[in-house]
Amino acid sequence: MSRQSLMTMTTPKSITEFHFLLTSKKATLPELISHFIANSKTQHDRLNLYITTTFDQALEKAKTLQQQLDSDPDIITKLPLFGIPIAYKDLFLTKGIRTTAGAKLLDSFIPPYSATVVDKLEAAGAISLGKLNLDAWAHGASGENSDYGPTRNPHGTDYTPGGSSSASAAAVASGCVLVSTGTDTGGSIRLPANFCGIVGLKPTYGRVSRYGIIAMSSSLDSVGHFTNNVSDSATVLSVTSGADPHDANTSGSKTFQSSPEFLNLKDITLGIPREYIYPVTNSEVKDNFADTVSLLKKAGANIVELSLPHTEAAIAVYYILQPAEVSSNLARFDGIRFGRNRSHFSPEAVRRQLIGTFTLSSGYYDAYYKTAQKVRTLIKQEFDAVFSKVDALITPVSPTPPFKIGEKVNDPVAMYLSDVFTVTANIAGISGLAIPTGKTADGLPLGIQLLGPRFGEETIYPIASQLEQLLHD
Amino acid sequence: MTNKKFTPIIGMEIHVELATKSKMFCQCPATHFQVPANTHVCPVCLGLPGALPVPNRQAIEDTIKIGLALGCRINLHSKFDRKHYFYPDLPKGYQISQYDQPLCEGGEVILESGKAIRITRVHLEEDTGKLQHDKSEKTSLVDFNRSSVPLVEIVTEPDLSSAEEAKEFLKLLHSTVRFLGVSEANMEKGSMRLEANISLSPDGNLPPYKVEVKNVNSFRYIAAAIDYELKRHQPIIEAGDWPKQETRGYNSVTKKTVSQRSKEEAKDYRYFPEPDIPPLVFEQSYIDSLQNSLPLLPHIVINTLTAAGVRHAFALQVSKDKDLSHFALELLAAKPDLVDKLIGLILNRKLSWQHKSVASLINEYQSSQQSTKLDESATLHLIKVVLDENPDTVALFKKGKTTAIEFLVGQVMKAAKGQADPNLTRTLLQKQLK
Repeated sequence: MSRQSLMTMTTPKSITEFHFLLTSKKATLPELISHFIANSKTQHDRLNLYITTTFDQALEKAKTLQQQLDSDPDIITKLPLFGIPIAYKDLFLTKGIRTTAGAKLLDSFIPPYSATVVDKLEAAGAISLGKLNLDAWAHGASGENSDYGPTRNPHGTDYTPGGSSSASAAAVASGCVLVSTGTDTGGSIRLPANFCGIVGLKPTYGRVSRYGIIAMSSSLDSVGHFTNNVSDSATVLSVTSGADPHDANTSGSKTFQSSPEFLNLKDITLGIPREYIYPVTNSEVKDNFADTVSLLKKAGANIVELSLPHTEAAIAVYYILQPAEVSSNLARFDGIRFGRNRSHFSPEAVRRQLIGTFTLSSGYYDAYYKTAQKVRTLIKQEFDAVFSKVDALITPVSPTPPFKIGEKVNDPVAMYLSDVFTVTANIAGISGLAIPTGKTADGLPLGIQLLGPRFGEETIYPIASQLEQLLHD
Repeated sequence: MTNKKFTPIIGMEIHVELATKSKMFCQCPATHFQVPANTHVCPVCLGLPGALPVPNRQAIEDTIKIGLALGCRINLHSKFDRKHYFYPDLPKGYQISQYDQPLCEGGEVILESGKAIRITRVHLEEDTGKLQHDKSEKTSLVDFNRSSVPLVEIVTEPDLSSAEEAKEFLKLLHSTVRFLGVSEANMEKGSMRLEANISLSPDGNLPPYKVEVKNVNSFRYIAAAIDYELKRHQPIIEAGDWPKQETRGYNSVTKKTVSQRSKEEAKDYRYFPEPDIPPLVFEQSYIDSLQNSLPLLPHIVINTLTAAGVRHAFALQVSKDKDLSHFALELLAAKPDLVDKLIGLILNRKLSWQHKSVASLINEYQSSQQSTKLDESATLHLIKVVLDENPDTVALFKKGKTTAIEFLVGQVMKAAKGQADPNLTRTLLQKQLK
């Protein structure tokens, strides 16, 4: 049997390619996993991706799965993620494997249980290479708030990969894994997917279980993932989605079924909310978005411009609700049962707890939290109304291309504004998918997001597939 | 100032631990009494990172039943809220409780005097863990077996005006909860805990202070604590001052209350809606079905029995025991004329009722009545005594005044202290007088 050597093997870019190498016996699973481990080591040195690696366990599992494949070739059709190298944002609890949330306060925390999503992914055959860097407690839009140092953008190491799921995006974009998990509370999947030029899903709130994932802001946290392409993203969602008896907010969730049916773009109406276009001053972002829209238009999609007037309140609402929930969720880190004491919280976590404690205080609750909840209801209603007219919305993910490491660290408000186009989806609880659509003159990624209604993943994936195809042609 | 002007103003807060199989927000067994420490725990009740609460349906239903039994209206839209404070026995740094939309609101309990004690609210929350302090070791240990056990809080309006009223109210509440079968309501095991908010008003208006007496585990002690507090407050108020607003505990050995912490400013718990649990929405038909399935309740027992002429003290005593209550109502249906007497005999342990049918108890009573009657020779002996003592009446009878015999029967009955059979006595008298 002639095989490419590990050094010269082209890294497979999709689950299909990966499985083809296995089924055609061009490579064994231990060889493939070794290849991804080798990539991980090289890229980690360059980008600072992993907080904890589990390479030895990964190789062991690869051997076991290879034996199973040898005796039962059909196993690959039964396990959608058979052998697929994966890594988890270090906010996902992994039984027996240290989980830090990117915070030194939890440096020695070894969880006694795994997140539902981790169990589901591993039962579907995925092989974990380790735990990925992030802004500590998922507080940030650039990865620079990590207590383990910033992660760098694979497309330009002076740039941030976006955050808070910083290394999750960078690891997939740099070929270390085919899939990584992330959480999106205000844009923490879509922004890094956009900055790293890959596909990132923020599912509908309640579509994927949050059980076993360190909570940032419970009413906003969405559990999603990164992949190189739309099809892989849909496959992963078919594994992670569905009701979980451990998460009361997933009771309405159906398991996602990837529809093989061809979608005719002529039957689709896409809305462009003007509040997401006019604030964009960066010409490369502007032009790329216009090009993408005309590509869809040419392919027959109906494009309508519309208005979501409450958008401008979204960031204000977000920065009241989110720190309030953060202040509550971080209360359990008291150093009594696990972790270090509260003096080890980094400045951003302290800042958010102070803001949240203030807005929830007696005498201020009505003015802040309660008012923000009312505006949240208005934003939800506004999206409901729009989705009765259009199938999905298309907008830029970020008003700018990736920014440089250090550029915004001393200006928290500027950093908060990185999420200006993404937070609304979290406030409304709707689905969002970030898709790469081009590059700047400097080679930095650009992209769009498709926003669909609650439980509208079945609608946005086929549109995304079409767009991906159009961009490829 | 004279004594008469002072009005005690007392409200109660009662915590009742539900007897559900599993805890409030996880699948762990809810039992914790004499269980090895930290064996009934999981990520949820330990408050580990990433853990999420899933509410216990049975606990919600039990709370609604308590509310219905206390005449509350049930909020068809309810929710859980987070109540924040730091304490080592509270693993999440907040307690999941209910703030502005409790399951039940606005009920009442009627005392013997006819006075209504208004129930402000009945809500559901989770219990905390337990601390064990070892002063010699300078350590404190935490046992989380009790963490997240379902706890119902019942709050009254400040409608109680004496320790006696408080005691009567609490006993009625206790038996109501026991009748519903939703809690052991065992004071020694801490599955029912009492708190009283006590103020003494010099003019009938609500004074600008209240003293909270917490964690008292018997009706007698809470009554003693209330009396102690009222006596303590009076001279302070008479001196032109107000007692300090504070939380106190009751020491059953010294029979005194002791200050635990000052509560001059209200604590800020930073309540906000629990985002991990969707709002609770109920159909009226569901509430109606719970209402219709409520078991016999103590106040129904008391009302029914007293309306049938049973002494209130008897009815109250009966209403503490669910099985006896059912028995008493059957007795009422079978023998309304004897029910007060029979209940009296049961309560005085002259008649045992356990494991008996109503019919067999009535039979037993009636035959016992006969068996205690004097037999023929004993009656005859008394007749001879009575005849010797009443020669005038005997003479009247012999002259033809036949009704005079009834006087003699009465005298025999009197001498026999009611134990003679009047028919037998009459027959025997007629023989003797021939």
